[in-house]
Amino acid sequence: MRNGSVQVLPRPRTPGFAAGRRAWESFRGVLQHDRFAVAGVCIYLVFILVAAAAPLIAPYDPQQTITKGDDLMANQPPGPSFLLGTTNVGRDIFSQLVYGARPALTVGFTAAFFVALIGTVVGIVAGYYGGWIDAVLMRLADVAFGIPFLPLVIVLVAFLGPSLWNIVLTMALLLWKDTARVVRAQVLSLRERGFVESARVLGASPLRLMLVHIAPNILPLALLYGSLAIGWAILTEAAVSFLGFGDSTRISWGFILQDAYISQALSNGQFNWFVPPGICIMLVVMAGYFISRGYEELLFPRLRRQ
Amino acid sequence: MLLVLWVIATILFLIFRLMPGNPLVAYIDPTFTTEQQQALMHEFGLDLPLWQQYAIFLRASATGDMGVSFTYRAPVWKLVWEALPNTLILTLGAVVIAFVTGTISGAFLAWKRGTAVESTGIPLALAVRAAPEFWVGMILLAIFSFSLRWFPSSGTASPGVVYASLWQQVTSLDFLHHLALPLVTLVLYLQGLPLLLMRSNMLDVMEEEFVVMARMKGLPEGRILLRHAARNALLPVATAFALVIGYSLGGNVVVENVFSWPGLGRLLVRAVAAKDYPLAQGAFLLIAAVAIAMNLLADIAYSWLDPRVSYAKR
Repeated sequence: MRNGSVQVLPRPRTPGFAAGRRAWESFRGVLQHDRFAVAGVCIYLVFILVAAAAPLIAPYDPQQTITKGDDLMANQPPGPSFLLGTTNVGRDIFSQLVYGARPALTVGFTAAFFVALIGTVVGIVAGYYGGWIDAVLMRLADVAFGIPFLPLVIVLVAFLGPSLWNIVLTMALLLWKDTARVVRAQVLSLRERGFVESARVLGASPLRLMLVHIAPNILPLALLYGSLAIGWAILTEAAVSFLGFGDSTRISWGFILQDAYISQALSNGQFNWFVPPGICIMLVVMAGYFISRGYEELLFPRLRRQ
Repeated sequence: MLLVLWVIATILFLIFRLMPGNPLVAYIDPTFTTEQQQALMHEFGLDLPLWQQYAIFLRASATGDMGVSFTYRAPVWKLVWEALPNTLILTLGAVVIAFVTGTISGAFLAWKRGTAVESTGIPLALAVRAAPEFWVGMILLAIFSFSLRWFPSSGTASPGVVYASLWQQVTSLDFLHHLALPLVTLVLYLQGLPLLLMRSNMLDVMEEEFVVMARMKGLPEGRILLRHAARNALLPVATAFALVIGYSLGGNVVVENVFSWPGLGRLLVRAVAAKDYPLAQGAFLLIAAVAIAMNLLADIAYSWLDPRVSYAKR
């Protein structure tokens, strides 16, 4: 099974069921073999729980300016009543941090899903049909490669309006190229394999060949690139929010960092304000790296001994 | 290469023209009458059909004329041309230093394989790579600039200092003093990829027969590592150069904003925030052109390093 190439499992019956089973099998395989991947999944689970239960965990409303009597509770140091202190307008930093998990995870997972989906579809179509379809799609990938990523996101988000979905959209438009290239290369070898050949001889339509016979074997690759894209998406969202082009009605980690930056938290030495959001971003992105490393080792077993 | 640039320019043209809202918002005063607005539209050629605007845009871009900035009231080419050297110095400096330190520490980690150095070094490299670079910049600023006061917090020069030429400015101690923190931030952000690549290549190469042969000849370990293994492991790292330059131009944008470094990225962000379309367009095109030119240079450098790859075949 582990002989240096992507494993090809027996022919699946129905596409939906088979795809689900493949995804689960490859995922379980990763978890069984890699401690780091387990750590990554644990980090994700914790943050997903925090995001889901944000109103229960956060002691305050993240937008609320807290007052005590007539005094605004601004720039409070960390303590029992404010775990991480407050901002310059008296907002509880810990509550902001808890709510900030929501946009980060939303952007991360949806962008990763679309990147993997578009990349896989383009890769399969280009690899299966070849010829001019392949040529056109791959030139398109070249153009996407030449466009500087973050500047385009900034320009598009600024003109389309600040919203999470516009960030997801621009990421989906530009980041599919890596997935598409790798998937295409894999399809080129898959379509010459015996099981695809025999299905073709039996009269299976191109659509059926691509969906039922090729796609399930591409799935682990798509998941690998998807898990890499989660980190990219979260970092991009943070950068865009930090530059002031984010959705200012939603508290995200990038927004907290921007708020701290423009409110002179750096010169006041308020490390309790701007260090925690960065650590959260770092943990989530690292979790993505760990899981994708696990996938890589499963897909390319030669890496394992290192 | 030029084709890609043309496609990017066209996409940009369409984005700027087809977006909702009037591109002259920054220019038009609410007190303007409709006739005055029409006159202004005419002056900027915005009443022409789209294809004519496109033709004018292409011709102007090709000759380097990018219009007049709405907010600075100055020619765009002049503004971007002034910002370009700052961005180039920061990017190239960071990429080169990141590759030198990254490959050396990658080789070192491969050599220390299976020791405590490796088991702390690898997660550390991954963690630095996962951290948002503007956040790393903020921490460096808070510690080294605001607390310790070792470095200035923004800009390229101390107030009131004027230099006779660009060369004099960039070689002055003051400039290097200002450059240090943004440069370190970018280097930390970029060193992860060459480090991890170099390490895994080294591990591969160390098992090749010619390394075993060198061991059997009784050569000292350091000599095997440097003269035999590292030289061969270096080649794939060079291919990553183009990739890293692509990253760094994106990373540049945020780092330049954290440190108020007057480069193209900061210009772009300011222009977009002020809805200054010509300037945003010019800055974006120049960033794309720099990225493409650097990719080309990396390709040429690679075919020079490895004669088996010829550029003409690609």
